[in-house]
Amino acid sequence: MAPFLVFTGLFLILPTLYIVVGAFRATDGGFTLQHIAGLNTPAIRNAYWVSIRISFWSALFGCAIGLGMAAAVIHGGLPGRLRGPLMTFSGVASNFAGIALAFAFIATLGPAGLVTLWLRTEFGVNLRAYGFNLLSTTGLIITYLFFQIPLMILIIAPALDGLKREWREAAETLGASTFQYVRMVALPILFPSILGCFALLFANAFGAVATAIALTGSSLNIAPILLFAQIRGDVLGSPGLGYALALGMVVIAGVANALSIWLRTRSEKWLR
Amino acid sequence: MTRFLAWAMFLFGVAYFALPLFGMTEFSLRMRRGVYSLDAYRVVLGDPQFQATFAYSTVMALLTIVVGVLVVVPTAYWVRLYLPRLRPVVEFITLLPLVIPPIVIVFGYLRLFNTSSWLPLTGTAAGTNLLLLMGYATLSLPYMYRAVDNGLRTIDVRTLTEAAQSLGAGWATILARVILPNVLVAVLSGAFLTFAIVIGEFVMAALLNRPAFGPYLQLMGANKAYEPAALAVIAFVVTWVCMGLISLVTRFQKFTPAPR
Repeated sequence: MAPFLVFTGLFLILPTLYIVVGAFRATDGGFTLQHIAGLNTPAIRNAYWVSIRISFWSALFGCAIGLGMAAAVIHGGLPGRLRGPLMTFSGVASNFAGIALAFAFIATLGPAGLVTLWLRTEFGVNLRAYGFNLLSTTGLIITYLFFQIPLMILIIAPALDGLKREWREAAETLGASTFQYVRMVALPILFPSILGCFALLFANAFGAVATAIALTGSSLNIAPILLFAQIRGDVLGSPGLGYALALGMVVIAGVANALSIWLRTRSEKWLR
Repeated sequence: MTRFLAWAMFLFGVAYFALPLFGMTEFSLRMRRGVYSLDAYRVVLGDPQFQATFAYSTVMALLTIVVGVLVVVPTAYWVRLYLPRLRPVVEFITLLPLVIPPIVIVFGYLRLFNTSSWLPLTGTAAGTNLLLLMGYATLSLPYMYRAVDNGLRTIDVRTLTEAAQSLGAGWATILARVILPNVLVAVLSGAFLTFAIVIGEFVMAALLNRPAFGPYLQLMGANKAYEPAALAVIAFVVTWVCMGLISLVTRFQKFTPAPR
């Protein structure tokens, strides 16, 4: 046990505590709420707000599409052979985040990307004229979906497997259509699971820094990029404010994760 | 009707995933005007900086795996055998790196271990390397712990330990020659996942200012056109190989769960 406690204490717990404590420590060493209050500036509020919006939408679409794909393969009557490859691919894609992912989307939807050029030459559709820009919140959401959807597929599949055949047969015996079965049986049972996955996807997107930096440089004002700039060069002009900014990220990610764990444990009651 | 919707959903997803992969591959082949060529790859692979950073990150990933195994295997074993009541606590700690964003962890490192602190690791290159290594081991902790713990679940730890003890084996021998070989498949799964995560990691390496593959990728992305696409293809292949190896070793596992 000793090596584990020393290791996690020194390289996980203490560094985090240092940041948390720093957010409440005045320059003279006393307690202060000034740094937390200092977060309430237009620039920082905006950074958090954009981050939350990106995480929210990418989690929402990630949940919907991931659930749809997983349900299609598990319950939708698609050949069972598709399942293995889909799961393997999901494992790969959910880990294919970071800088390289941004490159892939720049090569596809960027100004000189494959799809952009193709739409322009074949259909005369100029994406830019429609206001589309990969280096924006919309672009970031589309890019994040590349790891959000597979993550959803991986974590929702066990819950979908837990839906018992008997429930569907019972519903059909009582004359329910597929739609009624989904709306009145399957979705209510899955709902806590889905919400839990949503919270997890939210936290996942909220902490993603590398993809955003590679995609937008530092032009987009989101919380992790602001924190990155603050750590590199104290752009906020106050170390205490940097700690408070980091604390805010820990709190948001922590709440999302706690919700996710609570909801998913609750749903297991039904799906065993 | 259901089946039609299912196919539509599935194919929509496939298209969404296929396009960027196809896009980056196609783009990486366009360096020479008018024809497809492997020029971008030739340039990238011949770049000494690519070789140096890729080697650095590979070594880092391998060391991370070693540190991870040394920390996780004895802990998971000990908790399972003697301290089952501490299990929730240990599991909670191992999940923390998924909750606390890596950027916050490395921020803490920079303050806690700076040159004027009690343990000035960031003062020297070797110290910073060590710090990055520990950071990576922290990132891999959730995956490593879960993999190893799952592995331990499939073997009868108590009987194996007692058998080894009655033959006169000490703790180090039991761990290295009895437990480790039995959970090797689990350890390898965790190891390949760790490799995939560490090889392209950006935030920690950039903020600790180490010459790793992630910061190199970012630098290329900011300055070059075709090379980044080729690098993305290489990174994707590396991730794919790691995941492929995981399913390969899992398939070779002789599955004989212990009676409970």
